[in-house]
Amino acid sequence: MINIEHLTKIYHLGDEDVHALDGVSLKISKGEMVAIMGPSGSGKSTLMAILGCLDVPTSGSYRLDDVNVENLNDNQLADIRSHKIGFVFQQFNLLARTSALDNVMLPLTYAGVRGRDRRQRAEDALEKVGLSDRMKHRPNELSGGQQQRVAIARALANTPAILLADEPTGALDSKTGAEIIGLFQKLHRDLGQTVIYVTHDPFIARHTERVIRLADGLIVGDEKIEHPIAAGTPRPSEMALAEDTHHS
Amino acid sequence: MNFSENFRIALRALAANKLRSALTMLGIIIGVGAVVALMAIGNGATASITEQVQGIGSNLISVFPGQFQRGPGNTAAGSAFLYYADYEALAKNLNNVAGIAPSFQSNATVTYGKKVVNVSVTATTPDYGPVRAYEAEYGRFLTENDRASKARVAVIGSQTAQDLFGGLNPIGREIKINSVNFEIVGVLKSKGSSGFGNADEIVLVPLETGYEKLFGALATNNGKRRVTDISLSAASPEVVNDVIVQTQRLLRREHHLKLTDDLDFSALSQTALLSSLTVITTTLTAFLGFIAAISLLVGGIGVMNIMLVSVTERTREIGLRKAVGAKRFTIMMQFLIETLTLTLLGGMVGIGLGWSVAALVRATNIVQAQVTGESVALAFFVTLLVGVFAGLYPAFRASQLRPIEALRYE
Repeated sequence: MINIEHLTKIYHLGDEDVHALDGVSLKISKGEMVAIMGPSGSGKSTLMAILGCLDVPTSGSYRLDDVNVENLNDNQLADIRSHKIGFVFQQFNLLARTSALDNVMLPLTYAGVRGRDRRQRAEDALEKVGLSDRMKHRPNELSGGQQQRVAIARALANTPAILLADEPTGALDSKTGAEIIGLFQKLHRDLGQTVIYVTHDPFIARHTERVIRLADGLIVGDEKIEHPIAAGTPRPSEMALAEDTHHS
Repeated sequence: MNFSENFRIALRALAANKLRSALTMLGIIIGVGAVVALMAIGNGATASITEQVQGIGSNLISVFPGQFQRGPGNTAAGSAFLYYADYEALAKNLNNVAGIAPSFQSNATVTYGKKVVNVSVTATTPDYGPVRAYEAEYGRFLTENDRASKARVAVIGSQTAQDLFGGLNPIGREIKINSVNFEIVGVLKSKGSSGFGNADEIVLVPLETGYEKLFGALATNNGKRRVTDISLSAASPEVVNDVIVQTQRLLRREHHLKLTDDLDFSALSQTALLSSLTVITTTLTAFLGFIAAISLLVGGIGVMNIMLVSVTERTREIGLRKAVGAKRFTIMMQFLIETLTLTLLGGMVGIGLGWSVAALVRATNIVQAQVTGESVALAFFVTLLVGVFAGLYPAFRASQLRPIEALRYE
């Protein structure tokens, strides 16, 4: 479903060219749950932005469901974002002074869904994330975890093929973070949702079935996880974790 | 994404910053209000002057000292006066004239009991009535007998009658004009105009009474009796220009002017007077409109500035909207509609404000301020233009933002 080949992304900072991605090739199939890991500056967020059609590569190809995304113009990319991709951000990015329901209806509005249908689909999405009783609340009346759930409902509203999340637990405490990861696992398990998220935390990464490691714009590891950690499992001590990372 | 959806988003965005939206709108409100009110005052001035000039009588020719276009008293010859002798020369020699009346006009204080009004007092002959289309509604007009006996009698305009006597019958009552007693013998029919230089706010007295008992030295120059105006009525509209030419020739001779000298008096028909006055008031209206338009432009720049700030401030919001599927055109429409809502709302309140100011001015009875459909349409159209102009650039900037960069904007 996702097939990228020799993807590069070069930023021009002054006279210097920064190779954020330096030839990345990767395939991700429908129904997978994948974590992309790496230290800051490794290019993982850049890769995520390109996967989410929020940015375009400098060279290389990106096929999403047999469509060559790198050839599309601004409006065509907006269509892909609208219909195929649900994006979750570290900072939630909810519209202030706007109810949870209205926030979730936003992508439906841009996709041309109207009236009762739109409301129904937004309510369904909020139900999936367990916020049926908070639909009229505004972001400032919700906890961080609840806000992130609204953001996930918003990403799910148009029933996207892929759910992408950039550091979805980065702004949350570990308990709330675990709940969000649990929600991803549930969506993956119950609905067969394709989920890809970026994290710098090896423990969070091992809640998926596959961990892809990036460093300096290159893929340096692609590991299958036989037994993903169940959400809510206590975090092992720092020592054990460091050892675990070292061995893989 | 349809219009009503965009409109709702715009309203919500404006409501989110109520004070800022209100202050921005204030610029437009004042601008539009000024355009509507000042144009109403200009139009009112034009209308009331037209009305008054037309009320004076057709075929009327006014002769007065000085050159009208240069302003009274501003002549090359130096003598900026007309004299009773000029009137006599014209009365004797002019052809095709239905009537001719000299008059000396000055403002005076008129009192009745405790009522005091400041009003234009004109000393004139009985011919003034037919020539200027004044008729007595009650009592009588001035007569030759009044002139001969230098009677202290006065005929007053309907508005002056109202101001001095209210509902009382003025006939036979004594008034004081500059402390001199006069008896009211007649009240004039209303000319139906109002405002500045009202033709119904007038007191008429016999010419000789005026010279000898009222104005004294004010009405003479080197021992000669002055007149401020000679009114002529031509026998028919066709001969109006001919009478003007005759008048100019006769007075040129009377004033000993050489052929190369400029005239030291003006002889104008109503049509000429009207068009001269209309040029003045139209220029005035245009000037006032121009000043007001500048304030509207300033208001528009304010709107544009706020919208640019708003685009910058809401960069992340724009990024988010794009990330969830909004297209360039949709973002552009959102900000354009937001600007238009701001300006058109301000425009409508401004039209209301301008209308209220015009009504207030009308209530003071100085100028008949008239809000015309054209000025409202013009104000609305200009507001629309300002809105589109002020909104287009910020909206375009917003639409061009790249989603990932907009989202990372701090």
